[in-house]
Amino acid sequence: MYRYDEFDDTLVRERAQQFRGQVERRLKGELKEEHFKPLRLQNGVYLQLHAYMLRVAIPYGQLNAKKMRQLAMVADVYDKGYAHFTTRQNVQYNWIALADMPDVLDVLADVEMHAIQTSGNCIRNVTSDHLAGANRDEIEDPRPWCEIIRQWSTFHPEFSSLPRKFKIAVTAGETDRAAVRVHDIGLHMKKNAEGKVGFEFIVGGGLGRTPFVGPTVREWVAKEDLLSYLEANMRVYNRHGRRDNKYKARIKILVSELGLEEYKRQVEEEFAAQNSWEKVVLPQEEIDRITAYFAPPKFEMLSAASPAFEAFKSESREHARWAKNNLRPHRAPGYASAHIALKQQGEAPGDATSDQMRAMADIGERFGLDDIRVAHEQDIVLPHVKLDDVPAVYAALKAAGLHASNAGLGSDIIACPGLDYCNLSNARSISVANEIQAVFADPEFEDEVGTLHVNVSGCINACGHHHVGHIGILGVDKKGEEFYQVLFGGRADEKAAIATIQGPGLRHEEVAPAIRRVIDTYLSLRRDGGEKFIDTMSRVGQAPFKEALYAAA
Amino acid sequence: MPLLKDGRIDADVWTLVEDGQELPESGPVLVSLARLKAEHASLLAGNHSVGVKLANTDDPADIAAWLEKISLIALDFPKYTDGRALSQSQLLRRRHGYTGEIRATGQVLRDQLRLMIRSGFDAMVIDEADAEAVYDFSAHELSEFYQSAADTTDTIFVKRQRARQSKAAE
Repeated sequence: MYRYDEFDDTLVRERAQQFRGQVERRLKGELKEEHFKPLRLQNGVYLQLHAYMLRVAIPYGQLNAKKMRQLAMVADVYDKGYAHFTTRQNVQYNWIALADMPDVLDVLADVEMHAIQTSGNCIRNVTSDHLAGANRDEIEDPRPWCEIIRQWSTFHPEFSSLPRKFKIAVTAGETDRAAVRVHDIGLHMKKNAEGKVGFEFIVGGGLGRTPFVGPTVREWVAKEDLLSYLEANMRVYNRHGRRDNKYKARIKILVSELGLEEYKRQVEEEFAAQNSWEKVVLPQEEIDRITAYFAPPKFEMLSAASPAFEAFKSESREHARWAKNNLRPHRAPGYASAHIALKQQGEAPGDATSDQMRAMADIGERFGLDDIRVAHEQDIVLPHVKLDDVPAVYAALKAAGLHASNAGLGSDIIACPGLDYCNLSNARSISVANEIQAVFADPEFEDEVGTLHVNVSGCINACGHHHVGHIGILGVDKKGEEFYQVLFGGRADEKAAIATIQGPGLRHEEVAPAIRRVIDTYLSLRRDGGEKFIDTMSRVGQAPFKEALYAAA
Repeated sequence: MPLLKDGRIDADVWTLVEDGQELPESGPVLVSLARLKAEHASLLAGNHSVGVKLANTDDPADIAAWLEKISLIALDFPKYTDGRALSQSQLLRRRHGYTGEIRATGQVLRDQLRLMIRSGFDAMVIDEADAEAVYDFSAHELSEFYQSAADTTDTIFVKRQRARQSKAAE
């Protein structure tokens, strides 16, 4: 994991001091809310329905025990004892007083954390694969490049007043676990014909009101050109992105209105025109320095089979189920990556109490090589766990109420905070997610259904990513009443697709029974035990599912 | 409103001449891009210092040919959240090598000053009673930068490299 040097530390501390001054001016009335707004936003402070919200950056989802414990402390001292892990691998607090924010930034700086650019019209926290460095299919670890992008984008003088927010994601796996095709810029690490590793540039994807799967602007950009090519894209966007309508201001609209070829021409022209003063080239020693922080940990030489793990699984169906659903294959024999699904039945997706956060810190420190990640599914992942330790890990998770055995299944729902917290929202998300979870309350039924991604957003801004759910739910307001539109067929992986709205919205209480009918239809149509929901749907089409959706008794 | 030049209050000697309006007898004049394009031969040959006021949709490349004879470029922030002039300024300084004054006009707020200075602005019209003190504070709130920009190339990355080299030399 990257460690700050004196420069990184100075910058984060000066930033905390700067924000303290801005808050003081605001509280004294010297700074109007209108002028304070973009300043607080660029530091992750939103004004929500009931209070200010602070979003803390977790660059590419990377934590360790020390950081997790500090996040728990913030929850206890400054909030109501819990926090929410987000789809962008960040964490947010809903009840921090504005006057306390500067103190929170100081205690975050103590553990090399900050809230820089977690909001506002700037380059946001860079996201990545939560299994980076552990999975079996990546070409190399993407995290050094995420860290390089984090540094390059921090307080970028030219790109701090963009037309709209800007999200960059990096993946290096064959399987895309970072949803790079639905980001403003997605970077997919690939080899070129000569076998050199570089970046495929995917530009202009996104969700929100106008969802797009981003097109490839360049198949391969060399590592030494990464930042310069990013600058070329950013400059074209900063100069030509629309500013007349905030709903048309994302780069996806620029790419779509110009057309891919014209957009590409402008970027290539800008890139070719950069002189040596403008090029952003890091010395190889600097790249090596940053990369060294992500060197693979020293895995023990273990046998691929672990008797302790086998015994654990055969002890009970509960154990076998957690092992099957929540462990992912690891590149080192005798290891696995463990998902901690923050999706217990009836809880708000992504929420954890401070006690649970400390439990995850302890477990990660003791059994996970002190490596803890936030996944965009609003879950926590321990990427490096010995199979021999799985029994102890599970026992500790269970003691903390963190043993939901549903990773990647129907009740592992991604949901935004919705009308319970958010002042943009039209409808509740958490309660409808909880009712859908209840459809899968029977573990045998949930396992029978298998891989299923359900995403719930409380409004058109799509923070619950309903456009890329196998089943997406979108809350809308019709004359003061909550309705929920249902979408089918979305996916955020390397086969990214935007889901299709099926028809008129359902009432809150109609949603879960309708989803149950859709699932029953899937079970009756699937080819064999192995065909996933999304694959059955693409094979037979959406019509029978739509029929089931509206076939109320 | 006070004009700051290199962080100190300065007298504004420039006359903004609207399109179609006649030029004054003498003294520095600030004209639009359209007027500069149409009348550059007479404008730049005359006895005026010439400045150009760009809209933030204008392309700095359009004035590249005349930059040596221009001594002021005024860039506009119609709203403080509109950062197009930051790209224009970076282009003027780094791509086109312009060394004259770049002045920020429009909605210029103290919390933007650092971004402007980094992007190559050396002058701004700012609505602050104690403009010099505000400048001195805002310009120095952060002491380290990751990006090479129009103001400095001495970035954190460069400093790290220097530290490595001096360590290696020891």
